[in-house]
Amino acid sequence: MEGFGYLMQGFAVALTPYNLLWCFIGVFLGTVIGVLPGLGPAATIAMLLPLTFKMEPTGAVIMLAGIYYGSKYGGSTTSILLNVPGESASVVTCFDGYQMARRGRAGAALGIAAIASFVAGTFGVVGLMLVAPPLARFALSFSSPEYFSLMCLGLAMVVLLAGKSMIKALLAMLVGLWIAGMGTDLFTSTSRFTFGHAELLDGVDFVVVAIGIFALGEVFGNMEVREGAQMLPAPKGLRNLLPTWRDLKDCRFAFLNGSLVGFVIGVLPGAGSTIASFISYGIEKAVSKHPEKFGTGVVEGVAAPEGANNAETGGAMVPLLTLGIPGSGTTAILLAAFILWGLRPGPLMIQDNPTLFWGLVASMYIGNVMLLILNLPLIPLFAQILRLPTYMLYPFILGISIVGVYSVSGSLFDTWMLAIFGLLGYAMRKLDYPSAPLILGFVLGDIMERALRQSLMMSQGDLTIFVSRPMSATMLFLAVLILLAPLFRKANALRVKAISS
Amino acid sequence: MAKTSDVLSGAVLAALGIFIITEARQWEYLGPDGPGPGFFPMWYGIAMVALSSLLIATSIGQALAHAPRPKASEVGRALGTWAVLVACVALLKVLGFIVAFTLFTLFIVRFLYGEPLGKAAAIAVGGAVGFYLLFDVALNVGLPAGMLGF
Repeated sequence: MEGFGYLMQGFAVALTPYNLLWCFIGVFLGTVIGVLPGLGPAATIAMLLPLTFKMEPTGAVIMLAGIYYGSKYGGSTTSILLNVPGESASVVTCFDGYQMARRGRAGAALGIAAIASFVAGTFGVVGLMLVAPPLARFALSFSSPEYFSLMCLGLAMVVLLAGKSMIKALLAMLVGLWIAGMGTDLFTSTSRFTFGHAELLDGVDFVVVAIGIFALGEVFGNMEVREGAQMLPAPKGLRNLLPTWRDLKDCRFAFLNGSLVGFVIGVLPGAGSTIASFISYGIEKAVSKHPEKFGTGVVEGVAAPEGANNAETGGAMVPLLTLGIPGSGTTAILLAAFILWGLRPGPLMIQDNPTLFWGLVASMYIGNVMLLILNLPLIPLFAQILRLPTYMLYPFILGISIVGVYSVSGSLFDTWMLAIFGLLGYAMRKLDYPSAPLILGFVLGDIMERALRQSLMMSQGDLTIFVSRPMSATMLFLAVLILLAPLFRKANALRVKAISS
Repeated sequence: MAKTSDVLSGAVLAALGIFIITEARQWEYLGPDGPGPGFFPMWYGIAMVALSSLLIATSIGQALAHAPRPKASEVGRALGTWAVLVACVALLKVLGFIVAFTLFTLFIVRFLYGEPLGKAAAIAVGGAVGFYLLFDVALNVGLPAGMLGF
């Protein structure tokens, strides 16, 4: 009952005209960038972050979160009409969504994607509301050693799942830690890695790194090719976008599957919506009466991954808000946003800022309804965005990146840093280094170093403090196990090979 | 044949790791109050050297003759865009954002996308005016000004 009271309080916050407007702007922008291939929510949130500094934090959080989950609704449009995923999590939607569109059922595919997103997105918010408060209460018992071990565990999971090569993911994370270490050491005032530049004494601004790696890296990658893909016609009229009763009946299990898988995967750091959508698609195919039809345009093949993709958002908010541990590049940027506004996500967040937490939860309910209303009748309008020529879009993104970075510090030095990080972002894409571990390493680097040093101060330099406390030892053990998992897999494969030969 | 890009990137990161360790050695490692500013960098520097060496070793050990090579023209377009961005950043101090961004957009639309000069100029000028109206006028976010004051 206490939670219900807080939720009602949250609705009172989210339903103020000011916050409703920011929620609408967030979900609308999110849908637009979800529709645009090559511009993800991480890049958009990073670019818009500087503009939110003058805003009231609750409205700003509501808007940025709206961009995050709104982009997932929009991502399905390009997958279905263009066979090009608007973002990585929409890859699976291409399999059956595009095939449905080719067979003249684009409307039903877009409609079911919107309905699945709504159902699972709402389920994810319910999950967040139920899981976050008890988890935060549990985490209140954590001290510096537990926090350090928890961050090791989170980073290990992100590294494990971030890319094809774990070595490259680890290296990316270490580069992130190094960039975070630039500037003045808060304990001793020693300047580190400043290369004689006074501008670096305060460290590298998060906005510069995030915009450079995500936005510029993405744009340079997309600029490699000149032509865009050919789009199938978007259906017009609400009637043509509504799926049939048969479609809805066929998708009953897919809605549930997508919701559960998406939320659970979302809670785990590093897994993310792409993995959630692949797993839910796999489950749907495994339990289907007609698995051979998957990939030819079955409606469940759209509903399950789209649902998982959207339920993941609620799940991903759980470790972010209760433990202060982001699980992906986008949530890492949200964490940085919280810190820049003077808020500290963690176990005390719900207790200290109930208005913000419950206002955000309530706004996610409202945002999901807004997205359903926006997405069903306005899909033809959003599809028109795809006709925007890239030679107009990319200079605009690069321009807004420069302005965004300059607006934070008013320093041209940061625009030079932006160009350097843009090149780094592009090089990482080309060389198959995942960017999420770098951003996570950068965001967590400072907090991690502080937790490590505070722990060792507590123990007077004794490293066994991390293994003598049960919770810390368990998390460190899990982190080591995760990092060694590929070695176990390799050893097992060699053993099987030896036995069979 | 080893995957050259992995060997090269591994070598760069190993050099970075050595640099981090060298710098960290100049700072206090352990003091009377606990770990000093050199403690954490020393450990991630060592980890970086170890992992990049492992990356180089595994890349040399692997036969990756079929590894797809990036197309030079594609990489050229991306790096060309980056170079134009760098030129734009360099011009910000002298010409200010409005003029530098106009030239930047003009170059991209005309030379990287091959659109007619008139159309490219219209997009470039329109874009710069749009930025001025949106940021300077509507949002009150100052754009970088040049020697001419705008």
